[in-house]
Amino acid sequence: MAIDLEQFYEVFFEESLEGLDAMEQGLLAVSSADEADPEDINTIFRAAHSIKGGSSTFGFTAIAEFTHVLETLLDEARDGTRTLDTGAIDLLLQSSDCLRAMINALQAGNAIDTSASAPLVAAFEIMLASPNNSNDNTSVPAGPSKPATTSELSSNTHLDIVAASVDNLLSDGGDSNIDYPDDSGSTQWRISFKPEAQILLSGNEPLRLFRELAAMGELRTEANISNIPAFDQLTCDECYISWTLWLTADVSREDILEVFDWVIDECMLTIDLANTETVEQEKFVPLAAERSQPPAPEQPKPAAVPTAAPEKAIAAKKASESTAGSASIRVGIDKVDSLINLIGELVITQSMLSELGSNFDMDKLERLNSGLEQLQQNTRELQESVMRIRMLPISFAFNRFPRMIRDLSAQIGKKVELKLSGENTELDKTVMEQISDPMVHLVRNAIDHGMELPEKRLAAGKSETGTICLNAFHRGGSIVIEIIDDGNGLDAQLLYNKAVEKGIITAATELTEQEIFALIFAPGFSTAAVVSDISGRGVGMDVVRRNISALGGRIEIESKLGRGSTFRIHLPLTLAILDGQLVRVGSQVYVVPLVGIVESLQIKKELVNKVSGNMTLYRLREDNVPIIPIHQEFAIEADNTRLEDGLLVVVEGEGQKIGLLVDDLLSQQQVVIKSLKSNYKNIDGISGATILGDGSVSMILDIPGLIRRVSDRKSKQKKPAAQHHAA
Amino acid sequence: MAQILIVDDSASMRNMVTATLQSAGHDVQNAGDGQAALTIAKSANFDAVVTDLNMPIMDGIELVKNLRALPTYKYTPILLLTTESSADKKTQGKQAGATGWLVKPFNPDKLLATVARVLN
Repeated sequence: MAIDLEQFYEVFFEESLEGLDAMEQGLLAVSSADEADPEDINTIFRAAHSIKGGSSTFGFTAIAEFTHVLETLLDEARDGTRTLDTGAIDLLLQSSDCLRAMINALQAGNAIDTSASAPLVAAFEIMLASPNNSNDNTSVPAGPSKPATTSELSSNTHLDIVAASVDNLLSDGGDSNIDYPDDSGSTQWRISFKPEAQILLSGNEPLRLFRELAAMGELRTEANISNIPAFDQLTCDECYISWTLWLTADVSREDILEVFDWVIDECMLTIDLANTETVEQEKFVPLAAERSQPPAPEQPKPAAVPTAAPEKAIAAKKASESTAGSASIRVGIDKVDSLINLIGELVITQSMLSELGSNFDMDKLERLNSGLEQLQQNTRELQESVMRIRMLPISFAFNRFPRMIRDLSAQIGKKVELKLSGENTELDKTVMEQISDPMVHLVRNAIDHGMELPEKRLAAGKSETGTICLNAFHRGGSIVIEIIDDGNGLDAQLLYNKAVEKGIITAATELTEQEIFALIFAPGFSTAAVVSDISGRGVGMDVVRRNISALGGRIEIESKLGRGSTFRIHLPLTLAILDGQLVRVGSQVYVVPLVGIVESLQIKKELVNKVSGNMTLYRLREDNVPIIPIHQEFAIEADNTRLEDGLLVVVEGEGQKIGLLVDDLLSQQQVVIKSLKSNYKNIDGISGATILGDGSVSMILDIPGLIRRVSDRKSKQKKPAAQHHAA
Repeated sequence: MAQILIVDDSASMRNMVTATLQSAGHDVQNAGDGQAALTIAKSANFDAVVTDLNMPIMDGIELVKNLRALPTYKYTPILLLTTESSADKKTQGKQAGATGWLVKPFNPDKLLATVARVLN
């Protein structure tokens, strides 16, 4: 059989790395919860179990051995005989790092270095050998399994190899058995086999067992049909027959037992040497009694130990390949399907055009033109689809922070809680990779410099635990990533003095608060009095800003002394994708970002209130929502200008709600945002444009922008009124 | 040859088992968890099912129980993929109605031999 296991390695590496991520998240969830969720433990266990199964199958012994100890510990946690305390979680987290490094090494074609895993394995063994460390209610002797597992571990590989070679010998013997049936080594076995009535219901057909025996040598069978009931009492799926079999073959009792391995608990089986006088009574196997100790020697099953050590094999192979990493991404099937659809359309267009070309005259010019237009559209759609493949939810970048914050806050004795929002915002993979490091830097800074120690927080009347929020969303054709902390905030005066001291600015420079904050991005600026391990070497922030600028983005700071800071990264996203609700006003179709929509409703006349000027409010439960007729806002023709018959799309932005009056709600779809700025100019209330399926251009509404427009107008109206009063 | 359903949450194992059985001429379909497998199983009539034990959504034991409850899978051979450390899982699997098991790690030859054992 020439199945090359190497072809499965890459998938194995990837799913293992994903499993490790899941494991890490599960561990963090367990460590932060008061009571571990069994589902989390299951997830962690499953990850370790899968990696072990895969690595042993594909011959990565070092990984298999390492995950085996992890699995043993996790198995106890899953059974409830062990509680995962902080020590165990730390050890498991370290192990996941170690495994990740091992897999990365294999991926890069290097040999595995067990120097990192060996101390961890030792630590696990100590932990496993000690009875449950934290929980006293499990006074159940959790002991017996443990020494067994450790010894199993140490002897595991040897056993596997021996078993594999034994297996080879056996199968060779089995195949060539026919050649020497009369060999003097042959023994005659007498097997009495009385299956339970239910045996057929586990898919174990006795005939199949006999066929296997027959393959070993010469088989003679005798059926006992005395137990077959009368026809009207016969149940067709029960087995009433028992058998006596004589097998002449050069096999041991164990070989025969192996044939019956799967049914050993569903039958009465005796195996005797037929030619010995004293009938040696093989022990009966009562149904449930010995289940815990299966009578069949529990042979470690023949292992697939591929002959050449695969670690070396890929090392050699990878080394010969270029070092350019074959990075890969996981793509949703829907994205691939849409690509396939587009290719289909492209093929149709292509065949249409080539048919046209083979027999062309000037009468067909119009058809040629429309064909070319179609080709253009196909190409564009295809291009966009391919771009979409590169888009990943930002959770990929966010997911590393829970772990980082846990480690960091423990290291410096601060209590920090992490909140994530907008994790599903999609971002180009490359942008994500490049923004990841700056984000790490900002978060480290927020914890190290921004966040106060618990005592200081309590003294300032804040909760002991600080909060860091990571938030991502699309706004105005760009993606915004916010890193918000409720720490001490930036001290403008201190920053100013520091900048003067460092010679970054001259003493008399007049700066706005924003400009002062921006000083922290200046090269060589560090505010920490003592340079710590974590941050504060002053090389970070200028690099952060440079990286963000390199992506065509910008970073802004909002900060209140004593209250906390917000670092807001804006990244332009010419290829950002947005979930949009299409709405129609007259002949125009607009896209309303789905994320901003609160609800859509049919206007009820009695809930409409006209207030001063031309402001109209709609009573929505407790709220009064200003109604914005889109046709007025953008000066276009609408089918319906009467409020009473209209549809209202209630949207929310910047903490405010407004109702958009539209003619019709169309479909919801993902749209690719095109920047208006680069193609036309910025328009308030419009964040960009997109091309719909029919090729027409549709404007994407910028909800916060619209809200600003409305409130600007409101304040303008109020001001003259106020002056009027004053006069 | 035979129609076989493979169930495993690990894509690499699934690929390996699928490719191996296909190389022996079998018609193979696969699923990533028990629930998905059950849906596929109902849509066709497989000659054998090979399933992993530890899976999200629906594990192997539950899958076996569910399959055995279907008239078309009353006698169908169902093999469990287990590890040597889960001896009690074998018993549980047997009680749920599994035909037999294949212990990880296994190589393609062993897999084919075991599957051949249950196919007529």
